[in-house]
Amino acid sequence: MSRFIIRRALWGVVLLIVVTGLLFLMFRYLPTADPAKLRAGRLQSPKIIAAIRRDLGLDKSTFAQFWLYMKNVFGHFNLGYSYYSNAPVKELILDRLPATLSLVLGGAIVWLVTGVAVGIVSAIRARTRLDRASMGTALVLVSAPEYWLGLVALYLFSEDIGKVPIFPGAGSYVGLTTDPVKWFESLILPWLVVAAGTAAIYARLVRGNMIETMSEDYIRTARAKGLSERRVVLRHGLRAAINPVVTVIGLDIGVLLGSSVLVETVFQIPGIGRLNYVAITHADFPIVQGTVVLAALCIIVANILVDIGYAFLDPRVRYS
Amino acid sequence: MSTTEHSQAGASGGEDPLLLVEDLRVQFVTEDGIVHAVDGITYQVLPGRTLGIVGESGSGKTVSSLTTIGLTRRMGAHISGRILFEGRDLTQLSEERLRRIRGNEIAMIFQDPLSSLHPLFRVGSQLVEAVRAHRDVSKAAARERAIELLGLVGIPDPSRRVDDYPHEFSGGMRQRAMIAMALANEPKLLIADEPTTALDVTVQAQILALLERLQRELSMAIVIITHDLGVVAEMADDLAVMYAGRMVETASAEVVFSTPEHPYTWGLLKSIPMLGTSREEELVPIPGTPPSLIRRPSGCHFHPRCPYAKPRHAEVDPQLEPVPGRPHHHVACLLDSGVRRRLWGGLQGGRTPDEALADAGVTDAAGLAGTMPPTPSARQPGEAARAGEADLAGGPA
Repeated sequence: MSRFIIRRALWGVVLLIVVTGLLFLMFRYLPTADPAKLRAGRLQSPKIIAAIRRDLGLDKSTFAQFWLYMKNVFGHFNLGYSYYSNAPVKELILDRLPATLSLVLGGAIVWLVTGVAVGIVSAIRARTRLDRASMGTALVLVSAPEYWLGLVALYLFSEDIGKVPIFPGAGSYVGLTTDPVKWFESLILPWLVVAAGTAAIYARLVRGNMIETMSEDYIRTARAKGLSERRVVLRHGLRAAINPVVTVIGLDIGVLLGSSVLVETVFQIPGIGRLNYVAITHADFPIVQGTVVLAALCIIVANILVDIGYAFLDPRVRYS
Repeated sequence: MSTTEHSQAGASGGEDPLLLVEDLRVQFVTEDGIVHAVDGITYQVLPGRTLGIVGESGSGKTVSSLTTIGLTRRMGAHISGRILFEGRDLTQLSEERLRRIRGNEIAMIFQDPLSSLHPLFRVGSQLVEAVRAHRDVSKAAARERAIELLGLVGIPDPSRRVDDYPHEFSGGMRQRAMIAMALANEPKLLIADEPTTALDVTVQAQILALLERLQRELSMAIVIITHDLGVVAEMADDLAVMYAGRMVETASAEVVFSTPEHPYTWGLLKSIPMLGTSREEELVPIPGTPPSLIRRPSGCHFHPRCPYAKPRHAEVDPQLEPVPGRPHHHVACLLDSGVRRRLWGGLQGGRTPDEALADAGVTDAAGLAGTMPPTPSARQPGEAARAGEADLAGGPA
């Protein structure tokens, strides 16, 4: 088991290096605005632009830039400096991380609980009206874009512009340590929006798994033992049906940590997604690269955790 | 099978039956039509005795047993008739009262022990659960009981193996664990649905011996469901042969093996290799396949596969009736009992069904021959034996 973890971790590092390298080349070779010109603003004399270029290290050869960047990232855990604000990218990201973590982890709890609950009820009431209604709703939520759901949520429920003003609206985010109550209130709508689509996918996944599991022989055995139906469903059924959910939840959290751009933008939550969005509009490569490397890291770590988690969830899985 | 008093399997002696099933019918409504899974069966099980229910896949034997413990209710089954367990009609009990009987007074074990045990829970925890479902005992006490049970069913080093997962057990050990689980609350009746079908032949004998020993020690009654007459030959006191949801022959095991009366029973006996039969004796498969339970053959349901059927048999539905001179032996067959005896005599003498038919002097049976599948005598012996296996090895529904 520990050998498996070490091997997976080493592969993870290799993968991260490859991803980081590809990202660097992508930003250099795909068409984009010239960061030096953007930085120069209105004072765009060739001399100033050249000076900025030298300043940012953009005058060096691509290979030299690449080598420097990789050395900094993997040798010194230094993600470089923002072209725009000159601040270290790592600091900017760490600054924004709590907001994104709040959004994503809270959202994950919401989508896990609602998705699993709706999935179970739909499975044991399969093909009833309740099941059709929940699965229909799920389909709508899966199809609805997050930013649209976000705007609808604000339009309906936010304190400033909402028809039913019951929750704080956009831009109301405060840090957990500053004011826990306000932190919680301000995140209710974003959590619901970020969870909606995923909860719908989980509900459909759990429903399918549960229906399949409930026809297994060991469910018949559990009933033949004289267990209550509640115990048959929630212990024997759910325990077997939940494994695939654990697989996807790690990945979903990993993906969202690096890319909750839309929801953070709609609700003006100062998280990594929002940082990324602003950086893209300024062609601030180091920040964009830094956030994408972070996303890659989250996904790689999530993958390893999922594989390890599997060994604990399913005793038949043994890594060597 | 219109009346009950003359159609009870295992009716011997005046003891009160533990389980009395009367005119049980189980139907499922499907898109293709109504499935008559069980079509009016009557049998009884006396305390401490063993009833063998024998038949091919899809003959309704599993459905009838699942219905006994109330597990076909949630499958949407339409159930009629009575299932009296110690006088209580199980078809009328509430789900909660039935739950208290399941796994407690009536336990059931199934064909495939690997898929019947939960793969993600330790064997011990599944046993503990079985104990605690019906007994208000502490986890520690239930675990002690689990270890004791594993020892009882012959699992070596039970205090260590109790923490294993099912996939760490061999096939035979898994079935032993299933049996241990069924015995957790010392049931009065154990229903064993094809308990040995998924196991190696050597292990089959061990499991049957175990069931026999446990039956003696715990004095419980057993209903053993199988397609394999070899399995029940040793164990069963009484036998009921099922075909297309009905019982076609019931008697004591001894009588069924020595003087079977129904052509289907003959087919079962002649198509299965058993210890004691000589190697020269050819296996004769039953031609054709079990009928659809949605659109069943007219008249005697067995007539399309019966080598001895007469045209009239496609019209008249035979009732389960006592064999002349043997009040505890019932058969549902339209052939004259004298003819049946001559036919069986011929088959026992190694004749093929066609030869037996000629010997018995029955001439008007050819009327249905054109509609029948090729008779086994037209095939090579080896092929015939294999076809017989294929017909019977499909496993229960």
